[in-house]
Amino acid sequence: MPEPDGDVLARREAIVAGLRRILLDDGVIADDEGLKPYESDGLTAYRQVPIAVALPRSTREVAEILRYCHDEGVKVVPRGGGTSLSGGALPLADGIVLGLGRLNRVLSIDLANRCAVVQPGVTNLAISQAVAHAGFYYAPDPSSQIACTIGGNVAENAGGLHCLKYGLTTHNVLGIELVTIAGDVIRLGGRHLDAEGYDILAVMTGSEGLLGVVTEVTVRLLRKPATARAVLLGFAGNPAAGACVAKIIAAGIIPAGMEMMDRDAIHAAEEFCHAGYPLDVEAILIVEVDGFPSEVDALVDRVQAIAKGVGATHLRVSHSEAERTALWAGRKNALPAVGRLAPDYYVMDGTIPRRRLPEVLSRIAELSQRYALRVANVFHAGDGNLHPLILYDAAIPGELERAEELGSAILTACVEVGGVLTGEHGVGVEKRDLMGTMFNERDLAHQMRLKCAFDPDARLNPGKMFPTLHRCAELGRLHVHAGQLRFPDLPRF
Amino acid sequence: MTDRFRVRDASDLQEAIAWAAAESVPWEIVGRGTKRRLGRPVEAARMLDLGALSGITLYEPDELVLRAGSGTPIEDIEAALAREGQHLAFEPPDFSALFGAGGAGTLGGLVAGNLSGSRRPMAGSLRDHLLGVEAVSGRGEVFKAGGRVMKNVTGYDIPRLMAGSFGTLAVATEITLKVLPRPEATTTLMLGGIATAVALPLLRDLAASAEEPTGLAHLPQSIASEIVGLQSLGSKGDVTVVRIEGTTIGVADRLARVMARCRQHDQRTEVAELPTDAAKHVWRELGGGAPFAAESFRGWDVWRLSVVPSESPAVAARLMAQGGCALYFDWAGGLIWFGHSPRRGLHEAVRGALVAHGGGHATLFRASNDTRRQVPVFQPQPDALAALSRRIKQAFDPRGVLNPGRMYAGV
Repeated sequence: MPEPDGDVLARREAIVAGLRRILLDDGVIADDEGLKPYESDGLTAYRQVPIAVALPRSTREVAEILRYCHDEGVKVVPRGGGTSLSGGALPLADGIVLGLGRLNRVLSIDLANRCAVVQPGVTNLAISQAVAHAGFYYAPDPSSQIACTIGGNVAENAGGLHCLKYGLTTHNVLGIELVTIAGDVIRLGGRHLDAEGYDILAVMTGSEGLLGVVTEVTVRLLRKPATARAVLLGFAGNPAAGACVAKIIAAGIIPAGMEMMDRDAIHAAEEFCHAGYPLDVEAILIVEVDGFPSEVDALVDRVQAIAKGVGATHLRVSHSEAERTALWAGRKNALPAVGRLAPDYYVMDGTIPRRRLPEVLSRIAELSQRYALRVANVFHAGDGNLHPLILYDAAIPGELERAEELGSAILTACVEVGGVLTGEHGVGVEKRDLMGTMFNERDLAHQMRLKCAFDPDARLNPGKMFPTLHRCAELGRLHVHAGQLRFPDLPRF
Repeated sequence: MTDRFRVRDASDLQEAIAWAAAESVPWEIVGRGTKRRLGRPVEAARMLDLGALSGITLYEPDELVLRAGSGTPIEDIEAALAREGQHLAFEPPDFSALFGAGGAGTLGGLVAGNLSGSRRPMAGSLRDHLLGVEAVSGRGEVFKAGGRVMKNVTGYDIPRLMAGSFGTLAVATEITLKVLPRPEATTTLMLGGIATAVALPLLRDLAASAEEPTGLAHLPQSIASEIVGLQSLGSKGDVTVVRIEGTTIGVADRLARVMARCRQHDQRTEVAELPTDAAKHVWRELGGGAPFAAESFRGWDVWRLSVVPSESPAVAARLMAQGGCALYFDWAGGLIWFGHSPRRGLHEAVRGALVAHGGGHATLFRASNDTRRQVPVFQPQPDALAALSRRIKQAFDPRGVLNPGRMYAGV
């Protein structure tokens, strides 16, 4: 992380007092015990106690705090539910944490236009619960959905199990209100579609708290599918499972979810929750089709035919909602289940072109041997998002470091086959030093200049996403000037 | 007189922009020029044609991904996808009739405008299907952003920022899109004689229904009578158009239920299925604003308004109160195409209607060059947002050499 600013550290008392003038009594946490819960997020390997935690209750208070920090040169780390798996909300020694948890109200539900306006601290699941009575839901469903907040979902462009058909956060947010580090309040989008002008809404989504603080979100609501059915398939090898996925898509079927688990993950899940998964297979696939009832039945038949055609050795179809839930139980509990296999585990999040899956899995197996650490794999097979779970024991000196190195090697392998470093967890602190495997200096400079347009003094969440911090003045300089380049030899028309 | 040049490849493009940045001399960027009349007139004496950056460089149907040069004609992409039973789900609109231009234009032009057709509310917009770009920024530097996989949060979403930026930030050389299977079956229903006041709630009801229609438009009589295929019904009154897609069995079942829903709203409605080719034609016309290409609307200014669907009737009523005008609805009421005989000051009434009824935005889609210089073509932005937009422009194109003035003065 960037070297803490000694001047800011020396002004700690004054800064806390400044925040207390804005938020009064209980809105500022500055005692050691109170700060402790904020020292890390879902990536617990990294810890840092901040100067203070500010807990505003309104957009106005958010704006005043940001303006104060901007004027005083204090860094700000925004935080929602604190569930980031990439260290997105890791505090800075010379910065404050801006907790959005008290902005937790559903402001309005507009079923006529199928949208809801919520504050950023509302949890992902609470949105769906607020509209369930009317048969609606909010589609993205990250596995932390009980705890993660919509503000954090926007910051990370969170995904979930149903992205191939229903998209990520960016496809399901219609508008936001954001506050810039200078304290300006800007509203983007709304209850209408495709607001024109630069798509700052898209840029904010997945910007990991580096560009602005989201204070209100308008989400798109969907009608709950009339029906959903799941098919559980077992395969003797990963290539057959991969072929099954490709053939389902090639047949024009877009499943609502298509999840794959490898042998280690299957065994762990089965032991954990007895979902009835076959234990004599190398891989299972869970394929869920949802929508119009007669169509779902026809597609389930097609999926079964395709699976038989590629040699599925095990096949089970849900005929009721209870059976469907049971089929999913093992997958939904895969992380805690794998977590029981070792004292600690580390979740990776690469995306690859799906057809490269068998070769990437072999590569992971090789790497797992080389680093002498077990790896179980769960895979959002529909959209190519791979979650290798690296098992390790932090109590053994050097094992955490080895797990991190293995993780980097796996992500580098993903990039080498045309994939990316992160599909839904974000770059954060965790993967920032790997950005160079995917982007060259020029690519990164274009991204960093975008940061400069929002936050020229790098006060918002600095140290995340980019391997090195550059000054905006240096990034902005143009190195060619009049008279230095010849007019290119272009044909006229 | 505009000086016209053509790039032969991406390196020509890089050199041309680097030169422009060094000399602070702007370019107007064009693909096939089919949408040159969309946006404000560009303040540049030199034009750069990207037509040579054409061709599909990667297409993997079972990975749902296609990459093509920015100068690739949309027709070529659609033909390649059709051979594999796939399509661009956001339904690229074809404005050739409205603008009197040849063809649907290029992929780059489509992305530059973030333009989507009638399936947009259900299937997502163009930007929702954009995965990655390679581009040359206004600094004359080649860069890439995004990728080729469906799920990617590595770095800021610059590809989507470029969608709808009208070539004012960077010029794409290659664009990667998510493609989807084309529905196995499709049918389009025409419902005759449902008045707007009844039709719009019906469309919203259908949009939220389990039948998931993928096209929901309503055309008052004056517009319906201009569209080949709808004229027989249109001569008698308003026409409501509903498209249903899915598997063969799914479409048959949906059809029955959609008809039942329609009868609940209006007992006497006349319902007919449009023949396949006629239906295709009708949706192309609607998505591209083509009804306003008709002789009776010659010289009219045309607006495209994105509105809050439930506010659509109120917005429409205020627009129609201007007289000498016509409109139709797409996106289950969320999109209004509005045309009027040219008059000064009408833009204030158009945008005022949005302010009064839930917000939204209005684009002056077709008008003379003079009008588009004088009247804000795109929805004016509040100060803080306009300032942020200028800083983003500055980050990508500090000398203002890419399509200056196309979106807003000074951007």
